[in-house]
Amino acid sequence: MPYVSFILGRLVKAALVLLAIVVLNFFLIHMAPGDPAAVMAGEAGATDQQFLDDLRERFGLDQPLPVQLWRYVSGVATLDFGYSYRQQMPVLELILDRLPATLLLTGTAFVISLALGVSAGVLAAMRAKHPSGSLIMVVALLFYATPLYWVAMMAVLVFSVLLGWLPAYGYSTVGADYQGLAHVGDVALHLILPATTLGLFFMAVYTRMTRASMLNAGQQDFVKTARAKGLAPGVIQRRHVLRNAVLPIITLAGLQAGQMVGGAVLTETVFAWPGIGRLMYEALMQRDYNLLLGIFFFCALLVIVFNMLTDLIYRLADPRIKEAR
Amino acid sequence: MSNPLLRIERLALALPEGADRLYAAENLNYELNRGEILCVVGESGSGKSMTANAVMGQLPPGVRAAEGRVLFDGIDLLRLSEPEHRKLRGRRIGMIFQEPMTALNPLMRIGEQIAEVFEAHGLLTTRQRQARVIELIDEVGLPDPRSIARAYPFELSGGQRQRVMIAMALALEPELLIADEPTTALDVTTQAQILRLIKALQARRGMAVMFITHDFGVVAEIADRVCVMRHGRIVEMGTAEALLAAPQEAYTRALIDAIPGDALPPEREAREEVLLSVEGLSKVYRSGGGWFKPKREVAALNDISLTLGRGETLGIVGESGSGKSTLGRCIVGLERPDAGVMQFAGAPLENRSAALRRRIQMVFQDPYASLNPRIRIGMAIAQGPIANGVAKAEALAQARTLLATVGLDEAVAERYPHEFSGGQRQRIGIARALALAPELIVADEAVSALDVSIQAQVLELFVRLKRELNLSLLFITHDLRVAAQICDRLIVMRKGLIVEQGSAQRIFTAPREAYTKELLAAIPGRDRGVSHLATVTAG
Repeated sequence: MPYVSFILGRLVKAALVLLAIVVLNFFLIHMAPGDPAAVMAGEAGATDQQFLDDLRERFGLDQPLPVQLWRYVSGVATLDFGYSYRQQMPVLELILDRLPATLLLTGTAFVISLALGVSAGVLAAMRAKHPSGSLIMVVALLFYATPLYWVAMMAVLVFSVLLGWLPAYGYSTVGADYQGLAHVGDVALHLILPATTLGLFFMAVYTRMTRASMLNAGQQDFVKTARAKGLAPGVIQRRHVLRNAVLPIITLAGLQAGQMVGGAVLTETVFAWPGIGRLMYEALMQRDYNLLLGIFFFCALLVIVFNMLTDLIYRLADPRIKEAR
Repeated sequence: MSNPLLRIERLALALPEGADRLYAAENLNYELNRGEILCVVGESGSGKSMTANAVMGQLPPGVRAAEGRVLFDGIDLLRLSEPEHRKLRGRRIGMIFQEPMTALNPLMRIGEQIAEVFEAHGLLTTRQRQARVIELIDEVGLPDPRSIARAYPFELSGGQRQRVMIAMALALEPELLIADEPTTALDVTTQAQILRLIKALQARRGMAVMFITHDFGVVAEIADRVCVMRHGRIVEMGTAEALLAAPQEAYTRALIDAIPGDALPPEREAREEVLLSVEGLSKVYRSGGGWFKPKREVAALNDISLTLGRGETLGIVGESGSGKSTLGRCIVGLERPDAGVMQFAGAPLENRSAALRRRIQMVFQDPYASLNPRIRIGMAIAQGPIANGVAKAEALAQARTLLATVGLDEAVAERYPHEFSGGQRQRIGIARALALAPELIVADEAVSALDVSIQAQVLELFVRLKRELNLSLLFITHDLRVAAQICDRLIVMRKGLIVEQGSAQRIFTAPREAYTKELLAAIPGRDRGVSHLATVTAG
């Protein structure tokens, strides 16, 4: 029962946060300089006032701001994010069209960074006094410190241009028209470079955090107790040390997961990955208000959802949370 | 007995290079027989715990056995490989630790943690383990074993957790139990219960127990034989009765004498001038609370009234959760009470001015944590006066004088906190409080973290300063023996309420309330004549 009421409470709060974000985004974007009608008119080659006014009227831009806001918010409530006049498509359709590619990229990066990062961190902690442990930390620091776009370009240079092992850009081979398994393999091959590049930073963060957290947990009194029981070192590391060390990692993983929609703009641009990131970039360049607002909405939604998930998982992982509030 | 269970021969434990001495322990020789409780007594740094670590094969990194043998039932433990040693741990040698609050894995259920002992040694089926876990929890006297087995450590009190630790250590009926200060972190009444439990289980199972402690009161309660250690060497050994009645070595004598409580302060006239008066003080801690959750409320103080005369020492005695620290913090101004009136020398303490604040200072429990490690102690002492407008050079000069006042060299003003021992740091803490020339000092468990001999010195310092500077003292402690040594009057608190108050003499010799009697009865060593209080209360 407390669990249900906890979830209910969180849902209500999440809805309120989302509403606040929608309103805030709306005002932010209207405060930004630049007039979408002017941009569109400019591209159409027309400069006369009549044309501009027509455009404004068509898109509702001539209405007072509160009216525009009300129309927008009530639209969002019914999952109507408006129409992208630049792309000549409903915003929702555009986003849903691009979402899978982004989720595939960021999800893969998430799994890679979490799995490799935590494993490397555990290894580094168990060999804290050994040169191999230090080596892991040096490599992690390197990944942590190097700018993402530079890593991306170097990866393309080495693995695509020099070695020719992996495709340099895109989602699949253009014109190949693979079917079934062949298509999956083709996408996977295209996925390797961008996903690894995107995952490197967080992988380094996980490695460092896991190591520090493991070493800290290893100093705790209950580890002495576990040894006094005669437990084998492997069991002690897994059941007592890692289980306690994993708590801050959950928090970090929640943060990373929340960025899955909005966090890949750079990578998608460098690798020409057809995802939300690139869509957002284009929308920004074209003052495509409705599309931008729609993307912002989905970014925020994902952050909120993963925050909630993190809290839920945390409560499962740490029994103390339920009582001690 | 000719065949001891544990025989330590010429054991030397070498410390890593750069330590303050070469050996943690050297030339150790002692035996422990089956069915016997041996208390290893010493102050911090005596090497008493390190010896236990050697027996468990758990020496910290850098420390190694340089010489000697540790024979357990004929097996030299120092020559065992780690896997061989591991087979003995938990199975034939069990261990319990000082800190029950942190000795259990916070994320695992109690039952799982006890069952792990069987799993570690590949014993019993899962079902049998569960049944045995319930039996063990029952055996150590915990109520409702089934729900305890399902509980997590945070749901249990300190005493309950220590019982769980004992159940765990005894799960496989080890021949040797090592108990490293197992009652030091517990309240006095809980300590008495745990000591009784260990003794009963030991008698029932005929185990040998190596009981490590710093407290001669505890020794008197539980020991068959005693081994006194200092600086890594054995000072004196003997049966408990002989050693307590007639210690041969000066150091042993000093340790036994240092136990506070050998003399109650004489009854004194009630003070004429009231310095502090507190009336109807209440404080409720509220936690949690949300849209769907009720708030949790704990009444830390419930309608507390007291007065403190100028030059008087008032002791606030109570166990954890009694509200004694909250009371101290409200008086100093670190907490805001919900209700009640406080007056200090006629002025109200609500919204006190900086000038009034200066006149009430606090000395904290943990001398390690209460000094900023990056600030030289001269400056740490001078900061208060500087904040109150004294020129920096003058404040620093005054700090040096104060260091001399609390018995430290003036030259140490340039040093950092980590260069001092616990006792020295507490002297620094007192100097810091004195720097503002207060009229009242609130000392919250100010000697609880210190070794007994150091404790005695710091208490003497308090008494001297009080006399010389005409200070008033509010002395908060859980330790009745300490309170007996220094306080004129006592207030016994429990769960935010005052249980009883009166002169120290009266409370110790003729307690009126059941709870006060219970507290006095729980003082370790009172039946065996270590604490003079015992004879007073008995008479």
